Amino acid sequence: MSPAIQLSDINKRFGEVHANKDVNLTVERGTIHGIVGENGAGKSTLMSILYGFYEADSGEIRVGGKPVSIRSPADAIHVGIGMVHQHFMLVEPLTVVENVMLGAEGGTMLRAGEAKVRAELARLARDYGLEIDVNATVGDLSVGLQQRVEILKALYRGADILILDEPTAVLTPPEADALFELLQALKQQGKTVILITHKLREIMAVTDRVSVMRRGEMVATVETARTSPPELAELMVGRRVLLRVEKSERAPGAPMLQVENLSVVDHRGVLRVANVSFTVHAGEIVGIAGVAGNGQSELLEALAGMRQPVLGAMRFEGQEIRFADHNPHRMRQLGLLHVPEDRLRMGLVPAFPAFESAILGFSDEAQLGSGPILNHDRMIADLADKMKHYDVRPPAPRLKTSKFSGGNQQKIVLAREIERQPKVLLVGQPTRGVDIGAIEFIHRRLIALRDAGVGILLVSVELDEIMNLSDRILTMCGGQITGERKPAETNEQDLGLLMAGVTDEAA
Amino acid sequence: MSAPIDLPKWADTVVVPAVSVIAAFLVAGLVVLGIGENPLTATRVLLQGSLGTGEGLGFTLFYMTDFIFVGLAVAVAYHAGLFNIGGEGQATLAGLGVALVLNNLTFLPGFLLIPLGILGAAAFGAAWAAVPGYLQARRGSHIVITTIMFNWLASVLIVYLLVNVLREPQSMNPETRAFPDQSHIPFMHEALGAFGIEIPASQLNLTLFLALAAAYGVWLLIYRSRLGYAIRVVGSNPTAAVYAGISPGRIIIVAMVISGALAGGLAVNELMGYQHRLLLEFTAGYGFVGIAVALMGRAHPVGIILASLLFGILYQGGAELAFEQPAITRDMVVVIGGIIILFAGALDGLFRRIVAQALTRSRVARA
Repeated sequence: MSPAIQLSDINKRFGEVHANKDVNLTVERGTIHGIVGENGAGKSTLMSILYGFYEADSGEIRVGGKPVSIRSPADAIHVGIGMVHQHFMLVEPLTVVENVMLGAEGGTMLRAGEAKVRAELARLARDYGLEIDVNATVGDLSVGLQQRVEILKALYRGADILILDEPTAVLTPPEADALFELLQALKQQGKTVILITHKLREIMAVTDRVSVMRRGEMVATVETARTSPPELAELMVGRRVLLRVEKSERAPGAPMLQVENLSVVDHRGVLRVANVSFTVHAGEIVGIAGVAGNGQSELLEALAGMRQPVLGAMRFEGQEIRFADHNPHRMRQLGLLHVPEDRLRMGLVPAFPAFESAILGFSDEAQLGSGPILNHDRMIADLADKMKHYDVRPPAPRLKTSKFSGGNQQKIVLAREIERQPKVLLVGQPTRGVDIGAIEFIHRRLIALRDAGVGILLVSVELDEIMNLSDRILTMCGGQITGERKPAETNEQDLGLLMAGVTDEAA
Repeated sequence: MSAPIDLPKWADTVVVPAVSVIAAFLVAGLVVLGIGENPLTATRVLLQGSLGTGEGLGFTLFYMTDFIFVGLAVAVAYHAGLFNIGGEGQATLAGLGVALVLNNLTFLPGFLLIPLGILGAAAFGAAWAAVPGYLQARRGSHIVITTIMFNWLASVLIVYLLVNVLREPQSMNPETRAFPDQSHIPFMHEALGAFGIEIPASQLNLTLFLALAAAYGVWLLIYRSRLGYAIRVVGSNPTAAVYAGISPGRIIIVAMVISGALAGGLAVNELMGYQHRLLLEFTAGYGFVGIAVALMGRAHPVGIILASLLFGILYQGGAELAFEQPAITRDMVVVIGGIIILFAGALDGLFRRIVAQALTRSRVARA
């Protein structure tokens, strides 16, 4: 039987950048094939070529053994290729049925098409266990279920080959597990799945074979069973990578940030943080583990001054913070800095040149200019210096922020906050969407900062990261702190239970 | 879906607007052809009338002065993520400010009265823009809707005031009495004449320099100042503004105040520089032209100056065209102006795509 997909000698250039260099890839029918590589390695370009967003400059695509010309997503769908994007392409106010129908209504009047969609969705639910309330409004669904709608859309259009681009980036661990079960079910039914990711754990857990890309080239394709995460990491980065950063024992210092019975509501008035108390000392990393959406974001925002807590008390270096004039500006002046969870929505301004993003939150600092005018030369020189120390690539302060890869954007944010010598640093999801080489770098920086006596509050949905970095781990569920552990005295199962709300008292 | 169109800066700022204007002129030429006139003759008359004579050039620059102010007004709001459609109303109120200051402080000498008149225009324009700004910032009322409504309110208010309150008792015209002589901003031909330089007389007055200074000021504000930085953060990424401790609400109000003050420049040029009295509808729809000017000028002061010159040429040359070639009526000229606004503003994306494709093709060919 001919392979599902054969790509031969694919080349694609964007100006100076050779994004895909003589890429060859064979994906066997009925397998789950992983494609890994750092950000900018060319994975997304390759998949965009396969899905018809871009046309390759040269090379050949065969689907099921037949050479095909894919010049648009419509062509791709026609030959049975479906894609689930990292950022969903859904219409939130419409229902599941309406979203699946969109672009495939089958006539001027909707009724006939709708009946067909309903029948087909029922069949898909039966065959693959893709259960979903077809009448639900998509905007009301959880992220995991929205992704399921995307998959249903692709399958409804007759996809035999499904490309998933970083599908777990937005999912909670249980949602990710559910997705992997679904992928296995699709595979059992003879579908072919291409999974793009840079999370090695997922590759190991779910794929049959894995291809590694580095700097536009396909460097290896191996059987998953015959490889290991360290080997894949080395292939991706081109050198040996420490997946676990060493850190020494260190006695914590004075209490820096004290939180007592803090409660926070979100913009709709829903209680998101309930009665939370903890202390961050100088020279310690306190990790908050929890499934995304359990109040960690609101907690960070409240501590940083972006939200007024409704109840409770907060002390910084023993000094009471009055909530009436609690704002980010004041907290920065006190020495509490913040690496936000979502760097593109909060931590940076994507449309600005990097040197302007590198003063976000600090544009009032006297040394950045004279009077009301900012000194661009000084800002550029300052960022050039930081880029050197943080190994930001390319080291171009004038380049638009959005043109940097995720890891390099994160380094720009970290450099901005760390180099201003915080007393306490709030860190949200420091390595989300960041490639392996940069993760190692970021972890080292955070530990060096802790060794220098800074108190760090780390919020992450990556349990590995929490276990690796923290001196103490707090677990959060439903806005409450459900437990506290030392990393040496716990494991993933234990934390998983606490994160699910099974508290010490109950257990 | 298509990938976002990312063009090099030179293509985005020069090639795309140039292609838009050329396409607009081609289509406008077809329209002229359609009514049985020769488009080449029409183009010649248009350029001759706007640039070919000293007098024509004076009128072109006079209109350009108006457009720079309203274009800058739209641009400042745009950088804060706001679409200020209210230039007409803000300029109208600014006219009221000018009239109240100049006709009540007649005892002051010109070197005090002129700056005070300008401040009056800025203050009234700013105040009229501040209300929609406040409603957007604190009440979430959409700025497009409120500024449009405020245009109507301004228009009705000024009719009421001119007919019932400000009109000279013995006059039948809904206008104020003339401003005191010392408050007139000198005409360019007068000012240059004082230095022995003779130029043909026109409406062009020294407000042009105020407009150019305002353009420089806006550049400094938006691209170099801390406040401009905050304005752009709010316009580009409001959640990042909250993270940074910048209050989006405060910035929205501040940006609208600056925007309204700039729109007031239209009243300075038209009333203090030319009409020397407050009269009805002196804004003549220029406030709306400001939107096209700002779009075409990419909300950058240099682009706005160039776009203002283009629209100045169009307005002055269009007037000449209507005069010289009776078959091309005033309405026809409005149609041609509309085509240019359509192409420069609304169809911008179309040309971006075409330019991007051409660039990619040439790159592939070279590789």
